[in-house]
Formats: sequence, structure tokens, C-alpha cells
Amino acid sequence: MAGDIATSARVDGARRRKRAVRLSTGDRIAMTVMVGVPVLLTGALIWFPTISSIGLSFTNWDGIGGLHTIQWTGTTNYRQIATIYPPFWPAFRHNLFWLGALAFVGTPLGMFLAYQLDKQIRGSRFYQSIFYIPVVIAPAIIGLISELILSPQQGLISSLFADPRHGHVIDWLGDPSRSLWAVLVLACWRHASYVMIIYLAGLKALDPTLREAAAIDGASGTRTYFRVVLPALKPINIVLVVITVIEALRAFDIVYIINRGRNGLELLSVLITGNIIGEASRIGYGSAIAVVLLTISLVPIVIFVWNSFQEVPES
Amino acid sequence: MTSAAVDTEAVAVETRAASRPRRRKRRAKPSRVALHAFLILTVLVWASPILWAIFTAMRPYSDTSEHGYVSWPRAFNFTNFTNAYTQSGMLHYFWNSIIVAVPAIFVILLFSSALAFVVSRYSYWFNVPLLIFFMAANLLPQQVIITPVYEMYLRIHLPTWLSSSGLAYDSFVGLIAINVAFQTGFCTFVLSNYMKTLPKSLTEAARVDGASVTRQFFGVIMPLCKPAFAALAVLEFTWIYNDFFWAVVLMSSGDKRPITSSLTNLSGQYFTDNNLIAAASVLVALPTILVFALLQRQFISGLTLGSTKE
Repeated sequence: MAGDIATSARVDGARRRKRAVRLSTGDRIAMTVMVGVPVLLTGALIWFPTISSIGLSFTNWDGIGGLHTIQWTGTTNYRQIATIYPPFWPAFRHNLFWLGALAFVGTPLGMFLAYQLDKQIRGSRFYQSIFYIPVVIAPAIIGLISELILSPQQGLISSLFADPRHGHVIDWLGDPSRSLWAVLVLACWRHASYVMIIYLAGLKALDPTLREAAAIDGASGTRTYFRVVLPALKPINIVLVVITVIEALRAFDIVYIINRGRNGLELLSVLITGNIIGEASRIGYGSAIAVVLLTISLVPIVIFVWNSFQEVPES
Repeated sequence: MTSAAVDTEAVAVETRAASRPRRRKRRAKPSRVALHAFLILTVLVWASPILWAIFTAMRPYSDTSEHGYVSWPRAFNFTNFTNAYTQSGMLHYFWNSIIVAVPAIFVILLFSSALAFVVSRYSYWFNVPLLIFFMAANLLPQQVIITPVYEMYLRIHLPTWLSSSGLAYDSFVGLIAINVAFQTGFCTFVLSNYMKTLPKSLTEAARVDGASVTRQFFGVIMPLCKPAFAALAVLEFTWIYNDFFWAVVLMSSGDKRPITSSLTNLSGQYFTDNNLIAAASVLVALPTILVFALLQRQFISGLTLGSTKE
């Protein structure tokens, strides 16, 4: 008798514990909606198109005929963009230059300035507010501003170092061999600001005892930075690597507003867009270039995801 | 090492430690001055493109064409601003930006907080894959997906009360949807990190009291996320307002384009008048700069919440 009660109590307890964790039907519906709706939207508008881009890159679809006119052509598009599509390699090279400029100028400059701002200085807030402004300005507007600076007739550079009113001009935007470099200065300007915000936050969050310990050990400022600060900020450094690569691949607005990405400003992103809203309408080429872009972007994405979610399960 | 050696070493360290602060204090001054000089110079260089745009915008075209752009201004006024504002019908485009940005931000925050709630309150097998699904979507270059999105939008029919074009293409709904799909990942990531810092006992207590999941979400967790919402709203406003690419490709009617993408018309229209372009650029940049100036703390915390794990 007593044993029976004990058993039933135990069963009851077990069941109640189980029930406490288990969700009611209403709760289950609510959670399905909470997860399901965003998943459907992002799935339909991001991941389905990603897979479609890969699929379309193996076809010769013109985008006009219905889906039944899609013809499988294997790797023809890839072979053709690499051989008989003149703007591909210049665009590819320009993206590499863009990446190089951000990685070797923009990012280090942002890190350096953040490091300077991290020293306990008066007026740090003031400096920061000025330094951060380029981040909030649309890249398209930065494109317009670069025209104000670089335009041969009315630009700052030309007016300063030549005499446009008497026919002497400096035309950097018109010269395909120089236009990219001129634009990259402004791209780096914006990127350095972006890096500065993220890096300064990282520096401020760093345990000050690390640096104090290094100072007591007699390490110089530079040595402390490279041996202590830089390694301790590994998570931030990874974020910086990721945004640098992604921003270099995404670059579009600045060059598009200047001259629709021509005359030395060709980029992969511009070629893809040109194949849908431009004169050339080759969905297959555009998609093949998109896959090239996707393949490169997967490197930073995987790095980022790998580093973000390693410790997630137990937290 | 003998104890004597240890002792002398300790003494040496002590004296070094004692003498250092004094020495550093005296030496610090010139280096501080140099640092400030460096920063002031850099800040000037940093602000110069913007200052140049403002300077050009404030001068009448006649003045600059006569005396050149680098010259002492004979006249200084706001005529270019008023011209740029009225001639291009800027108010209309500002309004288009609001029509896109406000609903988009609302839906993004709703979606991402719902996802973050589930991920941070329950431990399902799909939590990590789910976060990756959204995070990676946010990191893709937009051009990877634009061709299929464009073709899809041309084929998705919407009722005319929702879209005057009858399609997802060239509609506000379409533009809002792509912004939401793209940006939800970032906010989900930030909010799930944020919600993980809220004690689990909060929702557990609510559940014991019989609160449903929706009650726990709307009644307990969402009010506590206000600071994160504010930060993300400021950030998302800036990004969506500054968006150029989606609207240029997916919005064909010039008069439905948000302000930033409507700038494409500008560089052709005022090709000969840099002063007007300068004025328009400054005007269009002004809202985000103002938002940033007023809500700098939110802006920065939103950005850094995503990069530094709490």
C-alpha cells in the first residue's frame, strides 16, 4: 500500500517534470510561427536565389522566355567568361586591388587610429565623432563626393594642382589606369572608420591588467601591442578580416554612381548587375560571375561562422 | 637563485616601480601634445571631403565658375541647398525612404527577436544551424543573389493595393521584404547574444505562473531588450536609408525610389553643376549624420554588440 503510493507519487512527479518541459499545443504553434516565418522569408529570398544562381550559371537562359526555355549548357559560361568575355579579368583584378587596398591600407589605418584613441586622452569623444562620420554616409554619396574632389573641370585636386579654367586639368576619373586608385582612397577612408569603431570597442573591452602586466615586465609600447594586445583581440581580428573581405566583394555603389562602373572601375558586382539591368543581358554570365563571388565570399563566411559558434552549444 | 639575489631583485623592482610614475608623468607631456597634434591633423584630413562638399555647396555657381573652386568665396549662401531641394522634389524621395525603412525595421526587429528568443531560451538541436542560416545570409554579397531575385520579383504577382505595379518588382513591399530577409541575420545574432545575458529564471518564473510562450516573449523578454532594440533600430535605419543597390535594381520607377538610390539620376542631371551636386549630397547625408550625432551611443553599441561577444 505504502509502496504503491510511493510509486504513484514518483510516476506522478516524473510526469509532472516532463510536462513542465513539454510545451502546450498553443506554445508549440507560437514557436513554429516565430521560427518558421523568418526562415521561410530568408530561405525564399536569400538561400533559394543563392542555389538558383549556381543552377543558372550552368544554363544559357536569357531571362525573357519562361522557365521551360532554360537549357543546360554545362560549364560553357565559366569557360566563356574566362576566355571571351573581355571585362571579366579586369573586374576580377579590380576586386583584388580593392581587397588589397582595404586590407593593407584601410584596415591597418583604422586599427592604428583606434589604438591612438584608446590612450586616455582628453577630447577622445570629439575625435571619435569626426572619425566615425564616413561610416554613416552612404557609399553612393561618397561616390558623389569623390566626383567633387576628382572631377577634371570642377574638382578639388584639379583646381589645386592644375588650372581647369585655362584648360589644364588633372583627370583621374577619366584615365582608366588611375581611376580605381583615386576611388580607392575614398573607399579606404570609409572602411578605416568602420574598422575604427569595431576595433576601439575591442580595445576598450580588453582587460587592462594584461597591459599593466606587460608594462611591469618592461615591455615597450610596440612590443606590448604586438605580443599582448593583438593576440588577445583575436575574436575582433577575425571580425575585421571578415568585414574587409566582404566589403571588398560587395563594393558597388561608389563606382556605379560615378560612371556605372566603366572606364577602369569595372568590378564583379557591376558585371553581374550589368547582365540584368544593363545593356548586356546574359543571365548565364551574370550567374557564373555570381558563383565566383559566392565562392570567394564563402571563405570569410566559414571563418566567421566557425569562430562564432564553436562555443555556443554549452552556453 | 639565492634568497639574497631574490631580495636585491625585489628591491630593484620596487625602486624601478617607485621611480617610474614620476618619470613617466614628466615625460608624458610632450608625447601627449604630439598625440593631440597628430589627431587634430588627422581629424582635419578626415573631415576634409565633407568640409569640401559643404564649402562647394555654399557657393553660388557663378562665383566658382569665375574664380575657380579653390578660391576665397565672394558670396556664401544656401541657394544651392534650396535649389537642390525644390528642383529634385527631394521631400518625396525622403518620404519613400521612410516608407521602406520604418516597416522594414519593425519587421526585422520582430523576426529577429522571435528567433533570438527561441534560440536563447530553449536548447534545440537546430539552434546553431538556425543562427548560421541567418548569419551567413547577412554576410553574402548582395550581387550573388540579385539575378534570381530580380527574375523572381518579375514573376511574383501581388494585388494592386499592395503594389501599384502588380508585381513584387518595382514595389515597396518587395524592397521591404528583401531588406528584411537580408538584415534579420545580423539582428538575430546581436539579440541572441543579448538575450543570453538575461537570466533564464525570468521566463521560468513566468512559465510557472502559467504564461504562454507568446506572453513570455512579449511580456517578459521584449521589454528587457529595449536598449538592444534602440541600438539596432538606429543601425538598421542607417543601413536601409543608405541602401543603394537593392533599390537601383528592384525599383524601376524613378519616383518610387528611396532617396539614396534616386541619386543615380542626379549625377547625370546636374552634370555641369558641381555646386548643386554638393548641396544635394550634403542634404541626403544629413539625416544619417543627425541620427548618428544624436544617438551615437546606440549606433556604436549596436555595431559592437555584433562583433564582441558578451
